Amino acid sequence: MLTFHRQWRDSWRSKLLRDEMLFGYAALIPYLAGFLIFVAGPLAYSLWLSFTQYNILQPPVPVGLDNYKALIEDPLMWKSLENTAVYSLVSVPLQVILGYALALMLNQQVKGLSAWRTVYYVPAVVPIVASAYLFSYLFNADTGLVNLLLKMVRISGPNWFGSPDWALRTFIIMNLWVSGGGMIVYLAALQGVPTALYDAAKIDGANAWQRLWAVTVPMTSPALLFMFMIGIIGSFQVFTSVFIITSGGPVNATLMYVLYLYRHGWSYLQMGYASALAWVLFAIIFGLTYLSLRVSGRLVHYEV
Amino acid sequence: MSQSVQRSDAELLLGRYAGRVALYFALVGLGIVFVSPLLWLVSSSLKPESQVLAYPPQWIPRPVRFINYAEVMQTFPFWRSAWNTMVIVTGTMVGHLFTCSLTAYAFARIRFPLRDALFVMVLATLMIPYHVYLIPQYLLFRELNWLNSSKPLIVPFLLGQAPFYIFLMRQFFRTIPKEYDDAARIDGSGWFGIYLRILLPLSYPVLGAVAIFTFMAHWNDFLAPLIYLNEPKKQTLAIAIRTWEALRLQAGAKPASWNHIMAVSVLLTLPPMLVFFFAQRYFIQGVVMTGIKG
Repeated sequence: MLTFHRQWRDSWRSKLLRDEMLFGYAALIPYLAGFLIFVAGPLAYSLWLSFTQYNILQPPVPVGLDNYKALIEDPLMWKSLENTAVYSLVSVPLQVILGYALALMLNQQVKGLSAWRTVYYVPAVVPIVASAYLFSYLFNADTGLVNLLLKMVRISGPNWFGSPDWALRTFIIMNLWVSGGGMIVYLAALQGVPTALYDAAKIDGANAWQRLWAVTVPMTSPALLFMFMIGIIGSFQVFTSVFIITSGGPVNATLMYVLYLYRHGWSYLQMGYASALAWVLFAIIFGLTYLSLRVSGRLVHYEV
Repeated sequence: MSQSVQRSDAELLLGRYAGRVALYFALVGLGIVFVSPLLWLVSSSLKPESQVLAYPPQWIPRPVRFINYAEVMQTFPFWRSAWNTMVIVTGTMVGHLFTCSLTAYAFARIRFPLRDALFVMVLATLMIPYHVYLIPQYLLFRELNWLNSSKPLIVPFLLGQAPFYIFLMRQFFRTIPKEYDDAARIDGSGWFGIYLRILLPLSYPVLGAVAIFTFMAHWNDFLAPLIYLNEPKKQTLAIAIRTWEALRLQAGAKPASWNHIMAVSVLLTLPPMLVFFFAQRYFIQGVVMTGIKG
């Protein structure tokens, strides 16, 4: 690139290079215009808004750090953060483990691989809104399939989404249903592990369990880390299913962070406070991404 | 090694056989757990109301009431909402397939000062959660009088604001040998011609994946339509269901019964399912390529 810069400077008269450069900038005009209008501008404005009080009807009033101070003392903010963290840190590892286990099973030269793959993957194709209605029916206390089946074996099932103790757990169970998405990624990674490594491990006397931990998991760890990170980032922003099924209840047992942000922005019209919440979310997601990248440096094996 | 030599062949075979049986048992068992919610969805959508609450649960609707769907369509504005959704899906898809690919092409192939710095900027925007833009963008679109129209949900994407797809396509373009470009240039093609006639036709796998995930993401999108589309007439399918329920209650009707809600959910699920089954190969490739789960 550096030599190119020099070349370019020395030969401004070279029509070829000038045309190339002009085409490059022209091709970027739509994106850059969009970036300024829809990304850079809003980002700066949002940061400023987070230091103001703004109810849309009157112009924003700067209040310094008040929003952030209020946020630290807001018990509901902490409750929503706790719920989101529990949901994320429990459901994502479970989802990764289940998806990986499915991929390992399908990687044993099973008959009808593509049919099995479809069976496990298909729930991930269901729109989240449809699965929200489906699951609120399945886990309905009186009429839901789950409790009806439990009743047949003489267990009286809990009130699932309607119970403060069970609601968050039920969302975690619901999220396991879409583990097949990760499975597809792991399956591709597993198929990329060279068989020579397994042969070598067998010759060294490693049993199946040892082969799994010494060969399979390290060789597929980049895929595992990637899906884990995407999963954490995504689940921290969970909104739709919670909004439709419980709207945060019962007694805030499933109040999630983004739902709380939405309430402040669009129910209470506190755009300043909601902006502060958004920036805290940004900081959290940034921190989590950074952390998992740091940890991965030690744990994840990359082929050079 | 010595251990396995000591085992008789019969023992090994038996162990292997038992392992296979256990494997298929696990696959079938888990398969039932994964598929039964979907079967229940479809079966409930065809049941008479009396059977929805039956105990023990009944899997086969008796009688099979396809008329549930017709009943639902009388009050639920399916075609209108589906049309609204398709307008948004089509608009964003045009943006993703053309603007993002053109941007990706510039980053992958054209040499100009500041190119790499700009690309790093694109990557950096990947880190920012959507909710940070949500409020200022809402205020902007409100100022522009774009609320209750599909513009807020289309225009940013027409201007290529999908950094992940730009990244994905740039990476793909870079795997296409540059010799093709040179050959085309010698034959008198310009930069845009190379993009249109060489790179795009060679990029079906990535364009297919982007098209599929654009369809899935915007067919299912909930938060943005919820914020921008308050007027029932303008709403997409994903949010129209909630409005439909709310309007029924407001009108004093009894809440929709589960068989009707399941019928609406099936209607919402059917198009993505069809895309999945008809484009399964691209779909799976796309999941592997992107890590997007569908």
